[in-house]
Amino acid sequence: MTQTDDRELPAAAAATKAHAVSPARRVLDVIGVQNISLIIALVLLCSGIGWKNSNFFLFSNIKTIGTTVAIVGILAVVQTVVMLLGGLDISVGSAAGLTSVASAMVFTSTSSAALGIGVALVVGLAVGLFNGLVIVYGRVNAVIATLATYAGFRGLANLISNGRAQGYTGTDSTFIFLARGSALGIPILIWVFIVVALAVHLMLRYTDIGRNIYAMGGNPTAARLAGININRYVVGCYVLAGVIAAVAGILLTARTGSGQPTSGSQGLELQSITAAALGGVALQGGKGGIPGTVLAVVLLGVLQNGLTVLSVNSFWQDIAQGALLVLAVVIQQRRRGIRAYGLPR
Amino acid sequence: MPDDPAATAPTRAGALDEVPRLRAEQISKSFSGVQALSQVSLDIRAGEVLALLGENGAGKSTLLRVLSGDHHPDSGSLLLDGTAVRFGSPVEARRAGVRVIQQEPEIVQHVSVAENIYLGALPRRGRILDRRALFARVRADLQRYGFTAVLDPAEMGSQLSPAQRQLVEVLRALTSRVKVIAFDEPTSSLSDHEVEALFGLIRRLRGEGVAIVYVSHRMPEIFTIADRVAVLRDGRNVGERRVSETENDELVRMMVGRDLTDMFVRTPANPGSPAQVVLELSGLDTDDVHDISLQVRAGEVVGLGGLVGAGRSELAHAIAGGVPIHSGSVTVSGRPIRLRAPADALRAGIGFAPEDRKVQALLLHRTIRDNISLAILSRLSRMRIVRRKEERDIAKRFVRQLSIRTPTIEQVVGNLSGGNQQKVVLARWLAHRPKVLILDEPTRGVDVGAKAEIYSIINNLAEDGMALLVISSELPELLGLSDRILVMQRGRITGELPRDEASEERVLALAMADEQSPTGGTA
Repeated sequence: MTQTDDRELPAAAAATKAHAVSPARRVLDVIGVQNISLIIALVLLCSGIGWKNSNFFLFSNIKTIGTTVAIVGILAVVQTVVMLLGGLDISVGSAAGLTSVASAMVFTSTSSAALGIGVALVVGLAVGLFNGLVIVYGRVNAVIATLATYAGFRGLANLISNGRAQGYTGTDSTFIFLARGSALGIPILIWVFIVVALAVHLMLRYTDIGRNIYAMGGNPTAARLAGININRYVVGCYVLAGVIAAVAGILLTARTGSGQPTSGSQGLELQSITAAALGGVALQGGKGGIPGTVLAVVLLGVLQNGLTVLSVNSFWQDIAQGALLVLAVVIQQRRRGIRAYGLPR
Repeated sequence: MPDDPAATAPTRAGALDEVPRLRAEQISKSFSGVQALSQVSLDIRAGEVLALLGENGAGKSTLLRVLSGDHHPDSGSLLLDGTAVRFGSPVEARRAGVRVIQQEPEIVQHVSVAENIYLGALPRRGRILDRRALFARVRADLQRYGFTAVLDPAEMGSQLSPAQRQLVEVLRALTSRVKVIAFDEPTSSLSDHEVEALFGLIRRLRGEGVAIVYVSHRMPEIFTIADRVAVLRDGRNVGERRVSETENDELVRMMVGRDLTDMFVRTPANPGSPAQVVLELSGLDTDDVHDISLQVRAGEVVGLGGLVGAGRSELAHAIAGGVPIHSGSVTVSGRPIRLRAPADALRAGIGFAPEDRKVQALLLHRTIRDNISLAILSRLSRMRIVRRKEERDIAKRFVRQLSIRTPTIEQVVGNLSGGNQQKVVLARWLAHRPKVLILDEPTRGVDVGAKAEIYSIINNLAEDGMALLVISSELPELLGLSDRILVMQRGRITGELPRDEASEERVLALAMADEQSPTGGTA
């Protein structure tokens, strides 16, 4: 059989370690080895940038970083869920654009912010449902399906808005509150990010839903035989992705003061995947978590902000982001002891 | 174990008068502080079949990986024809003529058998593949080794049976002037007649002067095919015997360091009072099985026998709701159930531990606790929140009850041995408390000690009134465990044997009842 002798060895190794669980070890277990390296990178980056320009540590600058990463952050959180399931959602950026336009258009014609937000959420739910149904019942690979809807939703957003920014929400108190309001000194944008991240984290960690998501990503056959309704979970996760994309779209409308079919939401899908991958979420599913993704989002935000603070050419920022991702994944693979033959997984 | 009579120094009869083809000398290898091999020595001689025997975790696979260049030993040396060699990678070992045949060989799915065999060394004219030369070569190879009837050079890789896949791998080795060839449990997925064909090949290779290493858990095979047997335990040499000078019990003793006189503890259910029928199928029809009717009573172990591919696993999947049912009915405790998904079977009280635990059952990257609770998470949750203390308690209880050897329930399952992994799968279903439990090859790839434990678990479950349906390709196991044996062939049940009338011959006779030629080849 495929059970090999050395499979037993790490078990024995753990046995010897288990006799002395040091407090340091326990802290490490809670945070996770994976995240430790992210934290180290973050600390190094912050001290490096702060050393060059002490303005970096100003509370106002930290708030700026927070509000910049909030929108991509909530998308990265939901991207994490989809990736844990073994899927991918390339359409989140387009869905955010579509819902942004929808919220602004409904607001303009009804002058009700609540209605605008409500419709945007319903549109988000619908696009997520569409993704999920295509994947599950059309038996289309998730990458292909959402690649198609990535183009489709973007086109739909441009179609209904004639490719132009829609409405003006800059005078509405609800949208102003979302964009510039704050509670306990922390901007609402950051609060939304925190609430979404925390809620998803608790769901993944403490509910049977979360555990089943990990199980499906790790071994879909086993999950099915254990009685998990795989189809329902896949559809559910894409619906969640759609709804959260709608939240991102609403925040986008609030920040820019109008419904944006393209600008502001383009590229969010790749940024969210970058953050999740950097945070240690495995593309084949079943591995990773929200803390890693959130750390990666913050890391990417700090990198971008720091380079701006140091007035580095913004083209270099993209290169730095790409380099960081490659470096992080190479280090992850090394740690896992991946052998250098065959195609990488 | 100083008091163990078997743990004497290796006897190296005949080692002095010839240079072995491949000699492993004092090989040690450790992984993160754990000694996998300590000072293991082995002589592999030309024209001889050396069986390598040991429980899971004894170090057999690690040793094979050292031989094949997959692992580098911490100390010790390899001598090929008396010259020290160091294999940096499997490729270097293959070039030197040392090859390990994996149980699940890498086969390229969408190219032909011929191209698979000559992968990496395809005959070319310029940059163009010379298909004609390739096929001529492969036909000649097949002719030479007598496999024209079993392997079609034009067949696609994806169409091959496990046996044919191994054959392709062996042919790859043979076409590259192999000196040492090692088989790692080659028969675990083969049917009996395929095993015979493989043995024929091994004998032929031996005749041609190839040095052969044969790793297997199956004792009878070792007596059939091997000349010499070396036993490893806990990463050390325990001893070596000529096969003609040893016997089953002695080898088992050497492997486990204790006697295993009675592996099968099955105490058949009391025949006087027929218990309630728990599982009843009538006229079940799916893509792969036809007109299946059977009953399993409470406290009864029903064995499903037959050749590989007879439809036993397919039947199990159908009962577990894994594949669509076309017609017929499934009844649990007198209540008919509609099976559309595995969840329906679970709800009705049917548990199913599938054949390939790694692919179909385990979450290898998750903990023992996660794996045990998988099928009962909703029951464990209150308002969707998993009650972690209860979850841990259940996991701990089953770890204790099934003696799963692990320091903690938070151990990642991928790190456990085959036997312990299988027990984790069992624990998952026992935690679900099913009325019927279907076990497909419950002891495949499991060492002798764990096998005996799994047998006693099965026996205890039956005594507690569970209805069990057990599929096994190992006849002694099937006969030892079952109260009643149903034999399948080509998707149908061809016969039924009560425990006291069952014998290996009768099961086999039913399994091959109307087959014209047992090889069933393409000839």
